Amino acid sequence: MAEEMRLVLRNLGKIDPLKIDDYLAAGGFNSLKKALGMNKSDLIQEIKDSKLRGRGGAGFNCGSKWNFAAQAQADQKYVICNADEGEPGTYKDRLILENDPHALLEGMAICAHAIGASQGFIYCRGEYPAAAEILKEAIAQAKDKGVLGDFDVEVRLGAGAYVCGEETALIESIEGKPGEPRIKPPFPPVSGLWGKPTIVNNVETFVNIPLILEKGAAWYAAIGSPSYPGTKVLTLSGDVVHKTFFEVPTTTTVREVIYGLGGGLTAGKQLKAVQIGGTSGAFIPADQLDTAIGFDELSAIGAVLGSGAVFVLNESRDLADVTARIAKFFAHESCGKCTPCREGTARMSDILDKINNGQGKAADLALLSRLGRVMSCSSFCGLGQAAPSPLMSALKHFPADYEARLN
Amino acid sequence: MPNITIDGIKVAVPEGSTILQAAQEAGVNIPTLCHHPDQSVKANCRICVCEVAGSNLLQAACSQPATEGMNVKTRSPKVLEARKTILELILANHPQDCLNCLRNENCELQSLAAEYCIRDNPFELKVRGLGKDLSTPALFRDPDKCVLCRRCIEACSVIQTVNALGIEYRGQKAMVVPTLGKNLIDSPCIMCGQCIHACPVGAIGEIEEIDELLAAIADPETVVVTQIAPAVRLALGEEVGMPTGDLPMDVLVAGLRQIGFDHVLHTNFTADLTIMEEGHELLKRLKEGGKLPMFTSCSPGWTSFCETFFPDLLDNLSTCKSPQQMFGALVKTYWADKMNIPASKIFSVSIMPCTAKKYEASRPEMQSSGFRDVDLVLTTREIGRLFRMSGLDFEKLAPADFSPWMSKYTGAGVIFGASGGVMEAALRTVYEVVTGETLADVNFTAVRGFEGIKEATVNLKGTEVKVAIAHGLGNARKVMEQVRAGESPYHFIEIMACPGGCIGGGGQPITKTNKKRLERIQAVYEEDQACAVRKSHLNTEVQELYKDFLHEPLGHKSHELLHTHYQAKDKKFL
Ligand SMILES: Cc1cc2nc3c(=O)[nH]c(=O)nc-3n(C[C@H](O)[C@H](O)[C@H](O)COP(=O)(O)O)c2cc1C
Ligand code: FES
Repeated sequence: MAEEMRLVLRNLGKIDPLKIDDYLAAGGFNSLKKALGMNKSDLIQEIKDSKLRGRGGAGFNCGSKWNFAAQAQADQKYVICNADEGEPGTYKDRLILENDPHALLEGMAICAHAIGASQGFIYCRGEYPAAAEILKEAIAQAKDKGVLGDFDVEVRLGAGAYVCGEETALIESIEGKPGEPRIKPPFPPVSGLWGKPTIVNNVETFVNIPLILEKGAAWYAAIGSPSYPGTKVLTLSGDVVHKTFFEVPTTTTVREVIYGLGGGLTAGKQLKAVQIGGTSGAFIPADQLDTAIGFDELSAIGAVLGSGAVFVLNESRDLADVTARIAKFFAHESCGKCTPCREGTARMSDILDKINNGQGKAADLALLSRLGRVMSCSSFCGLGQAAPSPLMSALKHFPADYEARLN
Repeated sequence: MPNITIDGIKVAVPEGSTILQAAQEAGVNIPTLCHHPDQSVKANCRICVCEVAGSNLLQAACSQPATEGMNVKTRSPKVLEARKTILELILANHPQDCLNCLRNENCELQSLAAEYCIRDNPFELKVRGLGKDLSTPALFRDPDKCVLCRRCIEACSVIQTVNALGIEYRGQKAMVVPTLGKNLIDSPCIMCGQCIHACPVGAIGEIEEIDELLAAIADPETVVVTQIAPAVRLALGEEVGMPTGDLPMDVLVAGLRQIGFDHVLHTNFTADLTIMEEGHELLKRLKEGGKLPMFTSCSPGWTSFCETFFPDLLDNLSTCKSPQQMFGALVKTYWADKMNIPASKIFSVSIMPCTAKKYEASRPEMQSSGFRDVDLVLTTREIGRLFRMSGLDFEKLAPADFSPWMSKYTGAGVIFGASGGVMEAALRTVYEVVTGETLADVNFTAVRGFEGIKEATVNLKGTEVKVAIAHGLGNARKVMEQVRAGESPYHFIEIMACPGGCIGGGGQPITKTNKKRLERIQAVYEEDQACAVRKSHLNTEVQELYKDFLHEPLGHKSHELLHTHYQAKDKKFL
């Protein structure tokens, strides 16, 4: 039976987020002190040795990313926390922001020291005003106590666009421009905010940092999946009994999450599929539930870990309906910059509506497949590249849902 | 020098090259749509995607750097499927009215559709139905045709710094819109038409007025007279399949006569006249302590720009009308008298490399003759279309002569077509007027060429005159900011709205790269070189005009007919 392991959520419910003294009493900011005493390359090596990979979806090695920014020569560098959390069904970052804001500040300050930055930004989802207020209070208290040294942090509120979670669109947005992704390379660690070397990490990624310094890289690397060590905070929704959050080591299987911690499906129904990673995640059929929720394990079956959202669908769900709703979401959230995403997301939605209205032909399914293939390999940014994956996986595993509607 | 392999061909390319540049090196043709060789990389159309070994994602050739050992496939099945699908997606929103389009047969999207054999588009045709914007007298926009490449936005905001166009809305609703209002006329647009050259399709173009001309020609009571601007001849040949510069002037005149123009005259004549007026204006300002530096005023895109963004510096603008408008004022007064034709019967047409001239001719103050001075402005492109329509064979056409009194010109008038030309023409005349000596060498090469801002100093018998030349309004803005700050060292500044000057004007044959502009500049100086007389003050027809009619530069008649005033535009643009 799988069990929770609260590393990222270590202080949840245990401290008052609005009292920095609570955090200090729990050993808070000791890791930052330790980091400030370390030489920068040792510090980055420690993060590399922990094998910590990004929790925002792309799974990039955190220490390597920091190293690029540390190596870059510049008069100014920036640390940005991606707290845009735009994936429907995901609220793990909010849990952290609202319950342990100082752990985030500590992680960011350690990063700032490692790369040589003195300014940080927290780009907070616009729909999280309460979290933003808590963050501001936490920053004020940390400044008051002087625990952050010369590292300054500002909170910026997003305006609700999903694409602004993409790191370069996020940077554009902080710069006051429309949230559209930038051409890469150059990548942010080389040229990011205002053209300066910039680290963008997810909330959950940063919160792991103080723990790694406290307990050591080897300790951390031994937890969970060897290629994506540590834990992952999952948020369960859909036809599952316990619609709540769990933090588990990354070796935990999907089955353990749903039937163990999640308490199985509601109303005694059978599972049809589970979508992991948010709206852009693939649908996983019942016969693949023994896959671990590690980054590479999920990639191997054509799925993603993404944000860690777990959306459970029972046997009565129709994927033609579900994917049509998802397609509308992406058509609405495409920024409109590149052709495959701008036109593709809209057409995908149109064709699915047509099929659901009983007007689809077999050729429409073939066209959807081709469109999905092209969008995923030719779109400008991750949004258009990932947008087709729910549909593509549904067409692969549940073709009958679509064929039944054809005319 | 990274070594890369493209479709099996090995090439070494300079550090920092893109896959697209490497492919050009290797002789491999990769299609593009949003890419423009003189603009920044946009990578938004995704037509140029290629397969790069080691990546599941296709990479945009226009933006992806070529790195050591890279192995690129530009025509694999995966690539072709992507390109074809992307084209189908674009075309499924695009009005299928190529036959009626201004850019028929000269459209990047149309060419791509042909190359990729787009036949039965599986995506349902859904045109947005936004309708055309016909709010300005010079340019129209047809946003239904827009492919959102954003090249027009860069031309307008980066090259011209006018910022009349921007992006609004997201996703499939995204569109290019005029800034500050619903229609182009509400924006700070100065109608230079550089967006037309940037547009790969027919989403922006000149207001076409061919039918108005044909109606005038069809009316037996009307005497249709035309002037031809200096930059027209050398580019017009391009429209009828000739190399730049190769269409001879007398054949062009014959062609216009064939179309039905009753009299063909030349704007070069008033270009020479402009030098007489503007040269004396400069000397007067220098002598009497008038506002300096003085700016040239031949380019209506530029004068609008000054009225819009630098209204505090309008007194620095020369009061001289542009050669087009000087011509218009004279053709219905002086020339009408000489020819004994009632001014009321004259329909005065001007053939221009310029879209802003359509606007200029419509300005209410441009009626010094008692009539609208210039009745109709047609661009080089429109005349090109008329030539094709009339099926003329320029190889066989017998040469014809201009009508008299306003068609003689010198090399100084010719070079008005290129950036630096007005300055050089002015210096040739001013030097001789002031010093009373003959110039040893009429070629002021320092003021020629494509560099954004050029400068020179000329010694007029002890008086140093410092001059500067800017072309493209982004460059003009830099020079103007200096003037505004009181830090300009110059006495006389030539500004042309369009990059390269009139040869790159918004009404010229669609100019895909600056390389074409350089070719045309070369043709301008060749024509100047071939002229027997190369100084405006030696133009005998101009001398006669002064003797018989104007009497002296800056005289009473000149002020009435050849000079104008400017008006600050709406402050919200500042
Ligand atoms: C469309 C799109 C939306 C994204 N949204 C988020 C988000 O809400 N939060 C986040 O941390 N990363 C998001 N990402 C991933 C970021 O681009 C980036 O990879 C991440 O912030 C890096 O942090 P990490 O290395 O700590 O994961 C998004 C990516 C794309 C393409
Ligand atoms: S030409 Fe490369 S993306 Fe448009």
